[in-house]
Amino acid sequence: MKFQALMSSIIAIILGLFFGLLIMIIANPLTAFPGFITMIGGWLNNESLRRLGDLIFLAGPLILTGLSVGFAFKTGLFNIGATGQYTMGMFAGIFVGIYGDFLGPLQWIFAFIAAMIFGGLWGLIPGILKSYFNVHEVIASIMLNYIAMYTVNVWIQGDESLFNVAFSKTRAIDLNAYIPTTFLRDIFDRSAIDFGIILAIGFSILIYFILYKTKFGFELQAVGSNRFAAKYSGIKENRSVILSMVVAGALSGAAGALYFLGKGSIDSGNQYSVGNELMSAGFDGIAVALLGQSHPFGIVLSAFFISFIQRGGYFMQTLGIKVEIIDVIIAAIIYTSAMAMLVKDTIIKWLKGGKKK
Amino acid sequence: MSFSELFIIIANSTLFFTVPLLITSLGGMFAEKSGVVNISLEGTMVFGSFFSIFFIDWMQNQFPAFNPSLLLLLAALIAAISGSLLSTLLAFSAVNLKANQVIGGTAINLFAAPMVIFIARTINNVKNIPFDQTFNIESIPFLGDIPVIGEILFQDINILSFTGYLIAILSIIVIYKTRFGLRLSAVGEHPSAADSVGIPVSKMRWIGTLISGALAGIGGLVFVVSSSVTFSGQVGGYGFLALAVMIFGQWKPEKILLASLFFGLMNALSIKYTLIPFFDGLSLGYFFTILPYVATLVALMLTSKKSRAPKAEGIPYDKGSR
Repeated sequence: MKFQALMSSIIAIILGLFFGLLIMIIANPLTAFPGFITMIGGWLNNESLRRLGDLIFLAGPLILTGLSVGFAFKTGLFNIGATGQYTMGMFAGIFVGIYGDFLGPLQWIFAFIAAMIFGGLWGLIPGILKSYFNVHEVIASIMLNYIAMYTVNVWIQGDESLFNVAFSKTRAIDLNAYIPTTFLRDIFDRSAIDFGIILAIGFSILIYFILYKTKFGFELQAVGSNRFAAKYSGIKENRSVILSMVVAGALSGAAGALYFLGKGSIDSGNQYSVGNELMSAGFDGIAVALLGQSHPFGIVLSAFFISFIQRGGYFMQTLGIKVEIIDVIIAAIIYTSAMAMLVKDTIIKWLKGGKKK
Repeated sequence: MSFSELFIIIANSTLFFTVPLLITSLGGMFAEKSGVVNISLEGTMVFGSFFSIFFIDWMQNQFPAFNPSLLLLLAALIAAISGSLLSTLLAFSAVNLKANQVIGGTAINLFAAPMVIFIARTINNVKNIPFDQTFNIESIPFLGDIPVIGEILFQDINILSFTGYLIAILSIIVIYKTRFGLRLSAVGEHPSAADSVGIPVSKMRWIGTLISGALAGIGGLVFVVSSSVTFSGQVGGYGFLALAVMIFGQWKPEKILLASLFFGLMNALSIKYTLIPFFDGLSLGYFFTILPYVATLVALMLTSKKSRAPKAEGIPYDKGSR
């Protein structure tokens, strides 16, 4: 069963990559193959340790948004609002990262927790709307994505201490607010990697434990597989829906902190550019969760994969290939994993048919 | 500015926002009436607007003297074709493969914008496609001279606005008065009953989804043409607002017309509020920016308790379960 799940994700990846290659060949047959090779691993040839460290750093937030979407999926909810929760978490993280200097060396921990609280509160809203007003969580959280973006922009722009008007970006956070880089940075040749990746993997173990080893997790999954059956067996389904959205929101908020409290590869930190476009982080989380089939450990694997091809896409641009192809490939992978079951069955049938001959 | 001038400006702007919302949410309705949830309206709008604006840009360079209204109608045709082509992906995964429709639709949303930006940047190196805004008809003869109503409805308007109203009227007739419309609703309400009297469920769902894609494509074109002078790879969440309009309109075309007027007004206020003397003094920019989104949430809170959604919406039809 586990093997079959892995197989169907791998099939989805192969189909998605193949589709991307096809588009690249249509766009420019000369650069398509070198570009494709760069994307699927060629980019690790130079400065490989530093680039690998950056890949691992960027996988951290992807793991957390992936867990956020995947956790909600388990309760039968589609958390398309990860972006808004991520935005709220980012704001809280940066706010404590700039104003919380009295916290000393604990500043980054408080910034991280603040981000989880803000993300969780932002997840609470669609949870309440869903359970008490029957508003579909997809529509509610999409609207909340836009509200979060405009609200955070206003909060940041209205505060000189947070906002650098000249660059239209947030200011650098305090040194104590950066997530410690620990020994990892020395191993990976001063790349962006920090303790965050350990935190992210820790969260995936925690979520695994909650989902599969606690009564709470069992109830959430029962609501996810059949809301009415769960209700009649005495589970408070409204409470489950709300709590599930809060946990999902807190995870996305944590993802925002993980990225924006990162020191960056040239110790410059990661600043938020104020603009009127939703951040793509939450949508990447959907891809990660689907590809990882909502299993906490599958999500860790798929986050590393998504980070891998996103970095590949970044380095592919030197060949003149437009980076949007990566998003096209990821979308194709989601599309094929949405019908993974069927694809898998067909392949199995096909393999069996082949053996008979 | 006198009150009547202000009224006309707000009303004009309301209609500007109403038409793309109206067309797109009617599109959403056709899919959902047949039982297919179409969350990919946003991506379909982007897709449709890209190909039609690309066409407009090309035509304006090749044949500068071409009649703008005719050009816009041809562009709408291209938007409709490209929109329904994109929605074949949804129909295939939802109807034939019985995949999760929300996930399939999300994949299409995530696919559409990067795909067209990739095409635009591969051809032109930039994602924006500018076009000449020559589509507004200054005043329709006779009708434009009617006081107030003429100024609101028949001045400074492009031909697609009328197409929008026409689509609304046609939808009302099609849904309630034709065999096709009644069959479509039957398939979305109770597919196995529909199947047992010989209505081809899969075929109806395919048609519903394709109409949906065509209308969302046109909606995307209308949105870009009436709100901007460049295609920039996004439609600002309008596809999702259109979904909310459809829910607020309880999946009924005549109510969707009213709901889209309401949301059109919210959008108009969010842009033009500084013209209203009372609001201008207060610094309410933020409040009005988020108004359409907050209004959506409040409207859905008030109406979702007793939802009139098609009963089989989102559920793949399996002949074996009959």
